[in-house]
Amino acid sequence: MEKLVTLIPLFPLAGFLCIIFFGKTLSKSLIGGIASGAILLSFIASILVFTTQIHGAQPTVVKAFDWIHAGGLDIDISFLVDPLSSIYLLFITGVGFLIHMYSTGYMHEDEGFNRFMAYLNLFVFFMLILVLGSSFVTMFIGWEGVGVCSFMLIGFWYKDMKNNDAAKKAFVINRIGDLGLILGMCLIFSNAGSLNFSELFIEGSSGLSMPRDIATTAAILLFIGAMGKSAQIPLHTWLPDAMAGPTPVSALIHAATMVTAGIYMVARCNGLFASSAAASEIVAWTGMLTALMGATIALTQNDIKKVLAYSTVSQLGLMFLALGLGAYSTAVFHVITHAFFKALLFLGSGSVIHGMGGEQDIRRMGGLKSHMRITHLTFLIGTIAISGIFPFAGFFSKDQIVAVAFEENKVFFILSLIVSACTAFYMFRLYFLTFHGKFRGTHEQEHHLHESPKSMTIPLVVLAVLSIVGGFIGLPHAIGHDMGMHWHWLDHYLADTLLMPTSLMHSGTEIALMLVATIVAVGAIYFAWNIYKKKGQLALEDKAITSSTHRLLAAKYFIDELYTAVIQKPLDALSHFFNSVFEHKIIDGLIQSIQWSVTSTGDLLRKAHTGKLYMYILITVFGLILLLTQL
Amino acid sequence: MELLPHITIDHYLYFSTVLFCLGVAGIMYRRNAIIMFMCVELMLNAVNVALVAFSKMYGQTDAQVFVFFIMVVAAAEVAVGLAILMMLYRNMHTTDTDVLDKLKF
Repeated sequence: MEKLVTLIPLFPLAGFLCIIFFGKTLSKSLIGGIASGAILLSFIASILVFTTQIHGAQPTVVKAFDWIHAGGLDIDISFLVDPLSSIYLLFITGVGFLIHMYSTGYMHEDEGFNRFMAYLNLFVFFMLILVLGSSFVTMFIGWEGVGVCSFMLIGFWYKDMKNNDAAKKAFVINRIGDLGLILGMCLIFSNAGSLNFSELFIEGSSGLSMPRDIATTAAILLFIGAMGKSAQIPLHTWLPDAMAGPTPVSALIHAATMVTAGIYMVARCNGLFASSAAASEIVAWTGMLTALMGATIALTQNDIKKVLAYSTVSQLGLMFLALGLGAYSTAVFHVITHAFFKALLFLGSGSVIHGMGGEQDIRRMGGLKSHMRITHLTFLIGTIAISGIFPFAGFFSKDQIVAVAFEENKVFFILSLIVSACTAFYMFRLYFLTFHGKFRGTHEQEHHLHESPKSMTIPLVVLAVLSIVGGFIGLPHAIGHDMGMHWHWLDHYLADTLLMPTSLMHSGTEIALMLVATIVAVGAIYFAWNIYKKKGQLALEDKAITSSTHRLLAAKYFIDELYTAVIQKPLDALSHFFNSVFEHKIIDGLIQSIQWSVTSTGDLLRKAHTGKLYMYILITVFGLILLLTQL
Repeated sequence: MELLPHITIDHYLYFSTVLFCLGVAGIMYRRNAIIMFMCVELMLNAVNVALVAFSKMYGQTDAQVFVFFIMVVAAAEVAVGLAILMMLYRNMHTTDTDVLDKLKF
C-alpha cells in the first residue's frame, strides 16, 4: 500500500517529463494517451488506496525521503493517507482523467498541444502533492506548484497580451494569500514546534497547545492563504479573469480542484479553526458575502465562462460558510459534488465554444439545442444539479449547507436561500439563452455548428451521470434512514479526521428545509423560464443597460476599478513621486555632486602636471632635501 | 683601506656624494633622454660606491651582495630602457624629453 501511495503523484510527473522531453518525436494521439493514461493509473491507484480506507485502515504516513533537518525542524517529504486525503485523491484523479481525455479532443488543433498536456499533468502532480502532503511544508510545495501551473495555463495562449495580464493577476493576488499562509505556518511552528499534521491535529483532535489569541491569529493567517487560492472576498478578482485560459483548464483548475485547495486546507486544520470561534466567524462571513456577491454578479454576465466563473466564486463561498459554521464534512461534500457538476458545466461550455468556433458571448448564441444534443442534455443535467433540484448531486450538498446555516444562524439561512435562488436563476438564464430561442450568431457560425467529437462528449456523459448520483454519498438522515440506505455516509467516513456537529436534526425540520430550498429553486427557475423562454427576452447589449443596479452588477460591483483607484493609482503616484524627487533629485544629486567635486579638484591639481621632467626632478630633489633637513 | 690608509671612509663618501649630485644635476638640466639615462646610472653607481665602502668599514659582506643586485637590475634596466628609447626615436625622431610629453593630460 505504501508504495502505491508514492506512485500516485509519480504517474503524472512521469507523464509530464515524458511529454516535455520526448514530445516532439511523438504523435499527438500518443501524447494524449500518455497524459490521460498517467492520470488513469493514478486514479486506479487512488481507488485501491481509497478501498483500504473504506475498510477502516488507520491513517498512515508514508515517508518518501528526508528533506530538511535543521535544529528542531524536521521535514520529510511524506504522504498522509487518511479519509480526507483519500477522497480528495479520488475525485482529483477521477475528474482529472475525464478532463485530460476531453482536452485531447478540445485542444487537438492547437499548436501548443504538447505543452498543454504536459502542464496539465504537472498540475495534477502538484495537486496530488498538495492533498497528500503530511505537513504544512509539503502541502505548501503543492500549493505553490498548482499556482505556477495555474499561471502557465491561464496565460497558455501567450500571444494575446490580455491572457498574460490575467495570468499575472492570478499570480500576484495569490502571492498576497500565500504570504498569509507562510506567516500562519511560521506562527504555528514557533508555538507548537511542529508542522506535521499528524502531530498537530490528529493526536487528540484539538491537541493544539496554543493560547487562544495565537490560535485565532494563526487560523486567520491560514485563512488568508485560503482566500487567495479559493477566490474569496477581497482576493476573488483573479478567478473570473482566469477564464482567459483554455476551457479544460477552467474546468480542472479553476472549478474542480485547485480552487478547492483552500477548503481542503481549512478542513485539514479543522482542529485549529474549531478552537477559535472568532476565526470561524470570519470564515463564515467571508464565505457568505462572497457567495452572495458572486451569485448576484453572475446574474448579469453575458460571457458563458464568466457566468460559470462567478458561479464558482459563489459556490466556494458556500463551502466556506459551511466550514465557518463547523460543518467541515459538509463543505467537503459540496466540494465533491461541485467538482462533478461544475466540471461538467465548464466542459459543456467548452463544447459550446468549440462548436461556435470560439464565440463566448451568450448574446450571440441561442437555439443550440438541436445542433448539439449531447452537450445540451448534459449541460441541462449540470444546470439542474447546481440549482439544487432533487435528486441531483447539488441538491443534497447544498441542502446540507442550508440546514447547517438554519441550525447555527438564521441570517446565514436567509442569505444562503437567496444565493440558491440566484444560482438557479442565472444558471437557467444561461441555459435558456444558450440552448433555446433562435440562433443569434453569424451565418458562418451557424454553418460551423456541430456536435463535439467523442473524446469530448464521453467525459460529459460520465460527469453528467456523476452529477446525478454523486449526491448519494451524503443522503440526509430523513431520506436515507427511512429508505434503509446509508445516510450521511460521507460524514461517517470522514468522522475520524474532521470534527462533526454534534446535534442531529429532527427529520421533520430536515424535510421542511428541503421543501423550502426546493421551492425557492423552482421559483427561481420558473422566473428564468418566464423571462427568457416564454417571453423570449434577450440579454441586453452593454449600451442598452439603463437600471443602475444592473449596471452595478454588470460591472462586478466596480471592485476591479476600486482596487485600481485605491491600490494601483496611489502606488503609481507614490512611485512616480519617488522617481522624480527621490531618485532624480536626491540620489542622483548626491552622486553628481561627488563626481563634480572630484573633477574640479582634479582640474585644479592638473596644473602641477607640466610634462617637463626637470620640473618633477627638481621638486623631488628639493622635497627630499627639505625632508632630510627637517628630520 | 689597509692598502691606502690615508684614504678614510669620509673620502669615499664625499666621492659618492659628488657622483650622486652630478647624476641629479644631469637629470635636472639635460633634456636628452640618453644623457638622462646615463645620469641615472651615475646615481646608481654612486650608491654602489657608498655601499662597498660601508661594507669594508664594518667588515660585513651584506652590502656587497646588494651592490651585485643593483648592478644586475641596472643591466636589465638598460636593456629595456635603451629598447624603449630606440623605438621612441624611430617613431618621434627625437629623444628630447620636452617634446615627448604625449602622456601628459
